[in-house]
Amino acid sequence: MSCYILGIETSCDETAASVVADGHKILSNCISSQIDIHQEFGGVVPELASRHHLEAINPMVELALSKAGLDFDQLDAVAVTYGPGLIGSLLIGIATATAISFTKHIPLIGINHLEGHLYAPHLEHPDIEYPAVGLIVSGGHTELIYITAHDRYELLGQTRDDAAGEAFDKVAKVMGLPYPGGPIINKLAGEGNPKAIPLPRWTIFKNGHPFDFSFSGLKTAVIYHLRKEPRTDPKDMAASFQQAAVSVLVKHAIKAARFKEVNTIILAGGVAANTALRESLTLEAEAREMKVYFPSPILCTDNAAMIAGFAYHKYIKSEFASLDLNAVANLRLKVTTQASSNR
Amino acid sequence: MEIITNSPEETRKLGEEIGQRLEEGDVVSLTGELGSGKTCLTQGIGIGLGITEVIRSPSFIIVNQHHGRVPLYHIDLYRLEDSSQIYELGYEEYLYGKSACVIEWGERIEPLLPPEHLSLSFTWLDETRRKIQFFPSGNRFQDLADAVSQSCRLAR
Repeated sequence: MSCYILGIETSCDETAASVVADGHKILSNCISSQIDIHQEFGGVVPELASRHHLEAINPMVELALSKAGLDFDQLDAVAVTYGPGLIGSLLIGIATATAISFTKHIPLIGINHLEGHLYAPHLEHPDIEYPAVGLIVSGGHTELIYITAHDRYELLGQTRDDAAGEAFDKVAKVMGLPYPGGPIINKLAGEGNPKAIPLPRWTIFKNGHPFDFSFSGLKTAVIYHLRKEPRTDPKDMAASFQQAAVSVLVKHAIKAARFKEVNTIILAGGVAANTALRESLTLEAEAREMKVYFPSPILCTDNAAMIAGFAYHKYIKSEFASLDLNAVANLRLKVTTQASSNR
Repeated sequence: MEIITNSPEETRKLGEEIGQRLEEGDVVSLTGELGSGKTCLTQGIGIGLGITEVIRSPSFIIVNQHHGRVPLYHIDLYRLEDSSQIYELGYEEYLYGKSACVIEWGERIEPLLPPEHLSLSFTWLDETRRKIQFFPSGNRFQDLADAVSQSCRLAR
């Protein structure tokens, strides 16, 4: 008998719902921006405001259930992202999940968005072994994490200014490319010369955080270069920027894996869809007999399948939330060592 | 009044001078292009407010909250181009609450800012140097700007 969990994710731009069976069988994975039920907002302008989530959430939940061929009564639990994220957006998902839990008498499970991302590769590779080093790279996150079990973490490093995906989007904006710029930079870069423009790639933090990142300086260097040389070939600019950003991410991930003596690296988050990052990390890891896992592009972006999938592991341990579950905008990963939690 | 900073460190130091003087309900609006130092200055404001965690760009998440001597809302309107979206964000709770508020791309909600606030405008001079102009509204922020200016002059 399968365990069906409905997952709901509304932490930032995306309104998403999904049904996952037994922690890895994705029966449905619905994301509003992909399906474009509100074309006037879809993709271009972020669905920041709660109202947009409010309009999309019920259709998303219904779609997720119908695609899964289930109705509410067949669900074993409902899981929802309760942080980190934008408070008004999170609350819409939580209110929806709470209502379903209450009316259908099924357990409510609160999930940390970052844990969801780290879990995403498991949906396609349930055999990933721990310990591992996880790299979450997205528009809002750049975190390097040592994972010893499904819910045991140690934060190794994070960005000190801009997130990796944010740097991609902002550089794209300065280059006059449309939003979201990350995928377009990725495409242009494939046709450009990554050595055309020298850019800073390495920031060493003196105060004992060797795995921290900084992308603000790289972003500023690109802006400065384009001011000086406005006629720079966009392909070369994209290739040089991408190479600089990817090389820092890959070096840090490999260095962290060696430092922790693990052979598994998990890549997650929207920027994990970047082909140059995937290829470079795989190449460098394989040269050291390490294995890299990353999700399909649809599971890299914010989605609810990763929430429903991870929730299964809380379900079997009966780690349920009460109906007064609240949104925590700046929710952190529950780290296992004090040294890295005071950051 | 304007101050020229020669490095990100100096921009951060200027922010610290401002942060030390901020109180509950104060609003600081930052205007300037990408890469002109808005987040960098906010990091300094955080240090001045006694915030120990790293202040990152909130562009994606729009609002970050930090706990210091006075709580700080760090808001970034970069991704909000339409003012109707800003209304829906519930801006009143941030701008008229018990926290200090730093707003990047604050010019996008100019009419919604409290009558008394501090606006700062950032201009690129070269790769590392920035001109930061102070536009205080109201006596309190005029005095604050004067004190910061004084302190920066003494430091040089």
